[in-house]
Amino acid sequence: MFRSLTEPTGRLVTVSLDGRSVELPEGDNLAVALLRAGHGPFRTTPAKAAPRQPYCMMGVCFECLAEIDGVPNRQTCQERVVPGQSIRRQDGARSTGSAAAPAPAARGTP
Amino acid sequence: MTAGTAPQVAADGETVDLAIVGAGPAGMAAAIRAAELGLAVVVFDDQPAPGGQIYRNVAHPPPLPRHVLGPDYHAGAALVARFLASGAEYRPSSVVWHVAEGSLSHTGPDGGGTLAARRILIATGAMERPFPVPGWTLPGVMTAGAAQIMLKASATVVDDAVFAGSGPLLYLVVAQYLRAGIRIRALLDTTPRGARRRALARLGSAWSGRTTLAKGLGLLAEIRRAGVTVHRHVADLAAVGTDRLDAVTWRSGSVRHRLDCATLFLHQGIVPNVNTAMAVGCSHRWDEGQLCWRPTLDAAGRSSVPGVMVAGDGGGIAGAVAAALSGEIAAIAAASDLGRIDGATRDRLLGPLESRRRRDMAVRPFLETLYRPADADRIPSRDETLVCRCEEVDRGTLADIVRRGCPGPNQIKAFSRCGMGPCQGRLCGHTVTELFADLTGRSPDEVGHYRIRMPIKPVTLGDIAGP
Ligand SMILES: Cc1cc2nc3c(=O)[nH]c(=O)nc-3n(C[C@H](O)[C@@H](O)[C@H](O)COP(=O)(O)OP(=O)(O)OC[C@H]3O[C@@H](n4cnc5c(N)ncnc54)[C@H](O)[C@@H]3O)c2cc1C
Ligand code: FES
Repeated sequence: MFRSLTEPTGRLVTVSLDGRSVELPEGDNLAVALLRAGHGPFRTTPAKAAPRQPYCMMGVCFECLAEIDGVPNRQTCQERVVPGQSIRRQDGARSTGSAAAPAPAARGTP
Repeated sequence: MTAGTAPQVAADGETVDLAIVGAGPAGMAAAIRAAELGLAVVVFDDQPAPGGQIYRNVAHPPPLPRHVLGPDYHAGAALVARFLASGAEYRPSSVVWHVAEGSLSHTGPDGGGTLAARRILIATGAMERPFPVPGWTLPGVMTAGAAQIMLKASATVVDDAVFAGSGPLLYLVVAQYLRAGIRIRALLDTTPRGARRRALARLGSAWSGRTTLAKGLGLLAEIRRAGVTVHRHVADLAAVGTDRLDAVTWRSGSVRHRLDCATLFLHQGIVPNVNTAMAVGCSHRWDEGQLCWRPTLDAAGRSSVPGVMVAGDGGGIAGAVAAALSGEIAAIAAASDLGRIDGATRDRLLGPLESRRRRDMAVRPFLETLYRPADADRIPSRDETLVCRCEEVDRGTLADIVRRGCPGPNQIKAFSRCGMGPCQGRLCGHTVTELFADLTGRSPDEVGHYRIRMPIKPVTLGDIAGP
């Protein structure tokens, strides 16, 4: 179980986690706050519906994806806790399409 | 939150002299020096505070005793303060998702847009080398870097974790956990037998290396003194569990071991985070010493793409001190290329920096030999091991495609979707190249890497359409 060694620096605010209200410290790293709250899995994979949790915490692995305020494929390890935020587990949905949308040719993709 | 007051710095729509991607030691040092030389500088960083990986959050660290994260960490506070006062414009929480010759596109709290820049410096740093073992995708398995990030960013820890792998960062994180009073289940050290002997032979006259060596040995001694169970020469590591991690298994000699645990932190060294430089089209070579791709750069950090430079660990692993030096060197070269300083000034400024960098780097061949990950820890041999985490493509599937004559990593994508998930090959690129090379008897350079495309970070259609 993940735990904090210090008092939370941000005040506790209410967010919605899969429709449930939970209290998290405002401004804390969202993935870390969710791990401490015992949340998991964060998502299931498109190919085999395997459960996944954050892996790298630095934005490179994309295991921490969730739907935040209706937008899928958000990297929770790159987000902060914001009051009133709604976080939903992301099941399956192939994430390539909407997450890494191809840049239009006009941008000069090499 | 924009630091600095330099009047010459512009909003989007005007052309800046130097746009820097990344506010780690390389990007911050480059910004300080470039601003001093009168360049209009903008620095983008996807984190909320400057510092990069090593100095993450150092201006507002969690209220832990200072010895927990250690003096090398807290030393970064001075650099961050100089950076914030430098006059360079700093854009925190801003992701750069497209870089081209002469411009970059970004998105962040201030909206986003495309910025024209006479020179672009990619200072995006390193990431942990993938350590593909059976079960490494199970909830409960994370990287040692992740453990450190949670500690630095949120003072968050987990008890009774197992740490496994090799490399100075692994021992540092274990030591930081111990100093914070956190119980550790075990350290499983995969450093191959004989590595120390081979490495010492390469220490040669690297005097500066002795400090680094002493620090490394100091960490190991600290870990042993704390009474942590350390297993050495660990091989055939596997994470076991169905829906989450239950245990870790390994072999030492011919004996198979098993240890129940709920958290496993893996680490196998770091490699340059090359997606940005690759997507711009900078040419890259395989580095046999560091076992990774690195952009081909001249001594000042100029890449093969005009106007695009690379500094710091993103150009090859050299550590934080060399990263800052390479950032300064790149800034001076950019000022000289833009005609802001003359050749004599440039050479006078570069001389001492280059010799300091040479001294600092003298220890690298030693470190690379000591912590060279075992072949088996980079190139999976068990068919069930997932190589591509995103699309769940295992080693067996890839080996089969290679045997059927698939010519290279780009074609493998078409057959298996390997490398096509949201991480865009970051977590499988090195493994695919090395597995391919191993199976076909070709060199990694001949095999090549996936073609990486923009956007380098996920963006919404709104970002692409622009404000
Ligand atoms: C997880 C991790 C932890 C580490 N911890 C230590 C440590 O404790 N001690 C140590 O000596 N070395 C550590 N290192 C090694 C590290 O590479 C240092 O040598 C040093 O931080 C390198 O400096 P840099 O400026 O090259 O890159 P970094 O410090 O990595 O800085 C790069 C910055 O660029 C940002 N960035 C990347 N891509 C984008 C983008 N597209 N848009 C916007 N911003 C972007 C990153 O978030 C980061 O802030 C660590 C490495 C990793 C991967
Ligand atoms: S945990 Fe890896 S990207 Fe968020």
